Amino acid sequence: MTLLSIENLKTHFFTKAGVVKSVDGVSFDLDRGEILGIVGESGSGKSVTGFSIMGLVDAPGRIAEGSIRFDGQNLVDLPEPQMRDLRGRRIAMIFQDPMMTLNPVLRVDTQMIEALRAHGRWSDDDARQRCRDVLGQVGIPSPEERLKSYPHQFSGGMRQRVAIAIALLHQPDLIIADEPTTALDVTIQAQILFEIQKLVAENNTAMIWVTHDLAVVAGLANRVAVMYAGRIVEMGTTDEVVNRPAHPYTAGLIGSAPSRNARGTRLTQIRGMAPLPMNLPTGCAFQPRCDHATGACAVSPDASTLEGDHLVRCHHPLVGAFDRGTAA
Amino acid sequence: MTVFIIRRLLQSVLVVAVMTLLVFAGVYAIGNPVEILISQDATEAERAAAIARLGLDKSLPEQYLAFLGNLVKGDLGTSFVFGEPALQLVLQRFPATMELAICAMMMSIFIGVPLGLYAGLRPESIAGRTIMTGSIFGFSLPNFWQGLMLIMLFAVILQWLPAGGRGVRGEFLGIESSFFSWDGISHLILPAINLALFKTSLVIRLTRASVRETINLDYVKFARAKGLRPRRVIGLHVLKNIMIPLVTIIGLEFGSVIAFAVVTETVFAWPGMGKLIIDSIFQLDRPVIVAYLIVIVCLFITINLVVDILYAILDPRVRLADQKA
Repeated sequence: MTLLSIENLKTHFFTKAGVVKSVDGVSFDLDRGEILGIVGESGSGKSVTGFSIMGLVDAPGRIAEGSIRFDGQNLVDLPEPQMRDLRGRRIAMIFQDPMMTLNPVLRVDTQMIEALRAHGRWSDDDARQRCRDVLGQVGIPSPEERLKSYPHQFSGGMRQRVAIAIALLHQPDLIIADEPTTALDVTIQAQILFEIQKLVAENNTAMIWVTHDLAVVAGLANRVAVMYAGRIVEMGTTDEVVNRPAHPYTAGLIGSAPSRNARGTRLTQIRGMAPLPMNLPTGCAFQPRCDHATGACAVSPDASTLEGDHLVRCHHPLVGAFDRGTAA
Repeated sequence: MTVFIIRRLLQSVLVVAVMTLLVFAGVYAIGNPVEILISQDATEAERAAAIARLGLDKSLPEQYLAFLGNLVKGDLGTSFVFGEPALQLVLQRFPATMELAICAMMMSIFIGVPLGLYAGLRPESIAGRTIMTGSIFGFSLPNFWQGLMLIMLFAVILQWLPAGGRGVRGEFLGIESSFFSWDGISHLILPAINLALFKTSLVIRLTRASVRETINLDYVKFARAKGLRPRRVIGLHVLKNIMIPLVTIIGLEFGSVIAFAVVTETVFAWPGMGKLIIDSIFQLDRPVIVAYLIVIVCLFITINLVVDILYAILDPRVRLADQKA
């Protein structure tokens, strides 16, 4: 059952220097309980997509076009009071840097209880009980004591657990996680990934996991969307995208990640740099960095479907080519 | 905490000692007060008697040691000019200056913080820009000129408020103050505004800058993502964080308002300490100068102590015991 349906979303920033098209025509659906990974480099528009769903795009940015239907409601023209009612209660968000997401001058209980009370009446006892329960769920030992602590008394991993606990307080239908494990140690990262997966499955919560790390997404998401310069260039099941990438950019991303299987060989690089969103190349935005580019690429490619739901936005999709490439 | 306060107080004693030494040497270097105090045609005998009476016949170290001896007994000496105890002279004027300073600081906080918040939250709006432009006038126009213009407008042309003086003081719970009578308040308004204008501009600019910095931080976005009302996000999450730099500056400025209200007190003929210290410096009335400075130093030390304690209350990451200063 579709929970979230985004149609041709365009979030643009109208700066003095010009219009920055951070998100430029993104469409995808998300079912209840499904985890979608959005992968891309910095500036590809993946975080802005998340903030657009939350209705937290700050001026000079705004949603210029498109619709975001969440459980039947179009969030794009939802008035702020209703949007605020959804935020935190039905759609929650987890941020990248756990050192920065909790307010340093407020105690953890203050920050948790205010999140509860933003969406209904809670007595002190009930609120504390709920906070203790959720902190316990995310694996924080002795929650009672921890509630009275300040954020600086926690380690990075523990702070991220607190932030996750806050996101889970109202058992939301959708959690948007903006690179929540990037700033953590690998061991902590693995623990948190495991626990999030468990919690999401228990509550049938849908999740959008924004990251630049394909490896994280490979073990977590049901489906993956790869973003480049404000657009989804490839989307499909995790297996399809990771093992049979059709877009040269996706293939490049996978090729440039070190793996155990290719010991001793040089990592392939994607040449050049991600284009500045202010001045994108005409046609396919990836064309200047692409080895397969031809004259046809001067025209922006439309999205085409390969087998199943595997979607790619390329004139020369690498059907099966990547498999042969690694085998050779 | 207790250790911190005790250490602070010990340091203050040292500061006061060093300060008195400097003032003693400084005033001695400027000139001989006897030249000013005694008429030109006094005889040599009268002159010698006056010098002996003021204790100026001894060498400077001897004078200083005598002063320190009296200081321990709580005696700061007798004014050369008025013949009254110096400390008493200063403390008589103290309430008037405090009234003015407290009033001015309150104005700058209760006007400056809200305006700064607004300008920080809506930097591109017309009101936000107007506030910022206005604040430039606030601290670039000379203080005395602002005072004269206030007198011109409100006292001379509109005749709403008195031009100077302190007015009749009211009494409440045994405390005598201008705050407790209408006449007192009406005399207080203009000098307080004059003194507050600069501070308000400073508070506006500092608040705005802190808001601009804080508003984009993740914890503010996270607070919004929790579905909190804007009032709570701004009123608690943002405000509590920007209070940290604000408290420091307001504390320092409060001290400087008390110590350097001279110009305003002169323009509005306000009988405060500023007027007294200027007169005393002209007459090289060393005991009054020293007494005044001791009072001011003690005040600064108290304010800084209060700021440090407020700091620890506002920011849980600060531990007073760990601080060296």
